[in-house]
Amino acid sequence: MTSGATTTQTIGFEIARYLPGEDRAPTLRHYDVPYRPEWVVLDALNYLKDEVDGTLSFRWSCRMGVCGSCGAMVNGVPRLMCAAFLRDYLPGPIRVEPLANFPIERDLVIVLDDFMQKLRAVKPWIIPGDRPPPADAEYRQTPAQLADFKQYSMCINCLLCYSACPVYQHEEEFLGPAVLALAQRYDHDSRDRGNSQRHELTWSDEGIWDCTFVGECSAVCPKHVDPAGAIQQAKVESTMDWYRSVLWPFGRR
Amino acid sequence: MPDVLQHDVVIVGGGGAGLRAAIAAVEADPTLDVAIVSKVYPMRSHTVSAEGGAAGVIKAGDSLEEHIRDTISGSDWLADQDAVELFVREAPQELLRLEHWGCPWSREPDGTVAVRPFGGMGIERTWFAADKTGFHMLHTLFQTSLQHERVRRYDEWFATRLLLDDGRAVGVSAIELRSGQVRAVVGKAVILATGGFGRIFPFTTNAAIKTGDGLGLAFRAGVPLKDMEFVQYHPTGLPGTGILITEAARGEGGILVNRHGDRYLRHYNLGEPLDIRDPVHPRLRTMELGPRDRLSQAFMKEQDQGNVFDGPYGTYVHLDIRHLGERRVDQKIPFVRELATNYAGIDPVREPIPVRPVVHYMMGGIDTNLEAETALPGLYAAGECACVSINGANRLGSNSLPELLVFGARAGTGAARWAREHAPAPRAAVETQAADEQARIARDLINRRDGDERIATLRTEMQHAMEAGCGIYRTEATLQAAAAKVAELRERARRVQLDDHSLSFNTELTAALELDIMIEIAESVVHSALHRTESRGSHQRVDFPQRDDGRFLKHSLAYRTEGAPRVEYRDVAITRWPPAERVYGRAH
Repeated sequence: MTSGATTTQTIGFEIARYLPGEDRAPTLRHYDVPYRPEWVVLDALNYLKDEVDGTLSFRWSCRMGVCGSCGAMVNGVPRLMCAAFLRDYLPGPIRVEPLANFPIERDLVIVLDDFMQKLRAVKPWIIPGDRPPPADAEYRQTPAQLADFKQYSMCINCLLCYSACPVYQHEEEFLGPAVLALAQRYDHDSRDRGNSQRHELTWSDEGIWDCTFVGECSAVCPKHVDPAGAIQQAKVESTMDWYRSVLWPFGRR
Repeated sequence: MPDVLQHDVVIVGGGGAGLRAAIAAVEADPTLDVAIVSKVYPMRSHTVSAEGGAAGVIKAGDSLEEHIRDTISGSDWLADQDAVELFVREAPQELLRLEHWGCPWSREPDGTVAVRPFGGMGIERTWFAADKTGFHMLHTLFQTSLQHERVRRYDEWFATRLLLDDGRAVGVSAIELRSGQVRAVVGKAVILATGGFGRIFPFTTNAAIKTGDGLGLAFRAGVPLKDMEFVQYHPTGLPGTGILITEAARGEGGILVNRHGDRYLRHYNLGEPLDIRDPVHPRLRTMELGPRDRLSQAFMKEQDQGNVFDGPYGTYVHLDIRHLGERRVDQKIPFVRELATNYAGIDPVREPIPVRPVVHYMMGGIDTNLEAETALPGLYAAGECACVSINGANRLGSNSLPELLVFGARAGTGAARWAREHAPAPRAAVETQAADEQARIARDLINRRDGDERIATLRTEMQHAMEAGCGIYRTEATLQAAAAKVAELRERARRVQLDDHSLSFNTELTAALELDIMIEIAESVVHSALHRTESRGSHQRVDFPQRDDGRFLKHSLAYRTEGAPRVEYRDVAITRWPPAERVYGRAH
């Protein structure tokens, strides 16, 4: 924010602080921040970092909800800090903690190694199989074919869904909402022929069958990707595939 | 001694250009080992914020010749015409490759890719993925890169210095943010792909990470920065935050009106407005589909005449898209609605969007040739951090995404070839340089206790000096004032004091390193602007209002010195399109 109304009020923050090697566990520290109705939580943190305490550590970049860097627990709910307005948390205090279900690197910075490894594991790229791309032209893909996967392509990898997922909380091997939605995105892309290569993993116990369909992932998703819906859809497809294989063992694709 | 991590090609930056370069390098030679060093995870890179689209000639009725002409006139004849020709020729195949890799381009009913109109383009040729084109391109490139096992990523490593050996670039020293350790990431070739530096200004669409790190690395290694005076203000940013409202809003038919309800662009030699219900509206290269420099300048003139609104976050005009209707808005530009609703508190289907010009893109950058090579052997650059130049004095909207693909690929292929032909640098040489760098960072920043300057104070002063002295309209006096201020800040930055003396994910440390780079880059912008005593494209000198082809049909080249940068010139490559008047709003 470059300017704004003059401030007379302040709003309290309780921010989780943790420095590895020094602190045994995160502790909440209190800060007061000038209240501005147009500010988001991220603006308040940047104010603190710039003016009050340069040691406060958090990730951020685009401040417009598309880079996925600034996820945190705001009053216990996973949010993008760039989209959480102070005016919605009056009178405060606002509690800001690192995203739940992840190891903490420092303060609000989480370790996302596990997610990055799982992202790659589901082969999130076009596997053309027996249908190589046309030379000097695009694959034909109708608006309806695009609509079949478009929603699942909107994920910004902000990890709010992992933070909300009660399965991931207890079972670290679970591939998790965003990654399964991404697999579904490629499985449903008319240009892709890689489903069978993905299903070995995504249709396994670490994949869709681990999900108990609580739906918290879709509730917190800032981009309306609906990973819970993607997983449900995959479960139906997997079941249909199983029936097909039993009923028509020689006719299976 | 710092660890030395050995690769064949080292890429700094994991956005669109860096990822495209990495894929090109391993495709050129699958035995090569490619490292990507990036201060953020690739999907956080600023390519993610690009909205409107990517230009490439593909439709019947369009021609390479037309795209070339639009780009050259858009550049106010400062683009190198051989570069533009090459770029326009290679852009379609690059966009097709993205299609083959899964980019969810918006489609026509017959399944071909759809195109939309864009500012300064005479024909619809902008490919788009709704209004999150950069987001989809970045994620497609990143996910595609994951299948290449020989692309090794160093995510959240901050490059601090180019490592040199025998007059060539052989890697970077970089801080692993998690541990705070400095290491040498070494290769036979280095590609810089770090994006722009809008953060030297206070009001910008650019993400926090856009601090020009790659330009700093090159500049300090003696490589010149080209055409740095050309700063693009996008005409439609949200007041207060600077969040971008894409040009696609106007491509779809949105109009700009001042506080009197007047479509004021009609007064600025951009043609006559058509009624919004006219089937021909919006007319290409006319009114709202004029080039960005001219539209931003028109706003400033309106402001001078008191025709703009005044709000708590500065002056603004209205971008009105209400007549498009809810359905079209949700289908074609849904992100516009989301951003305006969240950050301006208005639903653009029902109310006009307040907008004002905002620093968006840097035409200038690291001087490269058509092969993405710099003057330093083994060093390449691509994307916004580079200046080839295809953008000249003003970039056309939707040319930057294909640019990062075309020249990212060229950098990757070229660096792969260079890596095959050259031996690795001796370990001792790079180890010593990285150790020096580690010592410098510890002494001057992490362990310092006697500094008395705060990062945010210096950064804010720099940003305001740039806006005041080096904005849309400039004069000798405003530029001199900015030059003096930035020189003062350069001195004060030597005494910066951190609160944070720890090694673990020290973002105050990276902010200090970024500030240091930004101040040097800002100085090159100001001095390049001072020396160019003419007006061209985005560089408008009130004291020299005319374009002066006799003296300035030339690229500026800023070289680092111990004092103010030295500015030299090089002729623009003119091939088949002799300089002419830029004409909008009528047949050209």
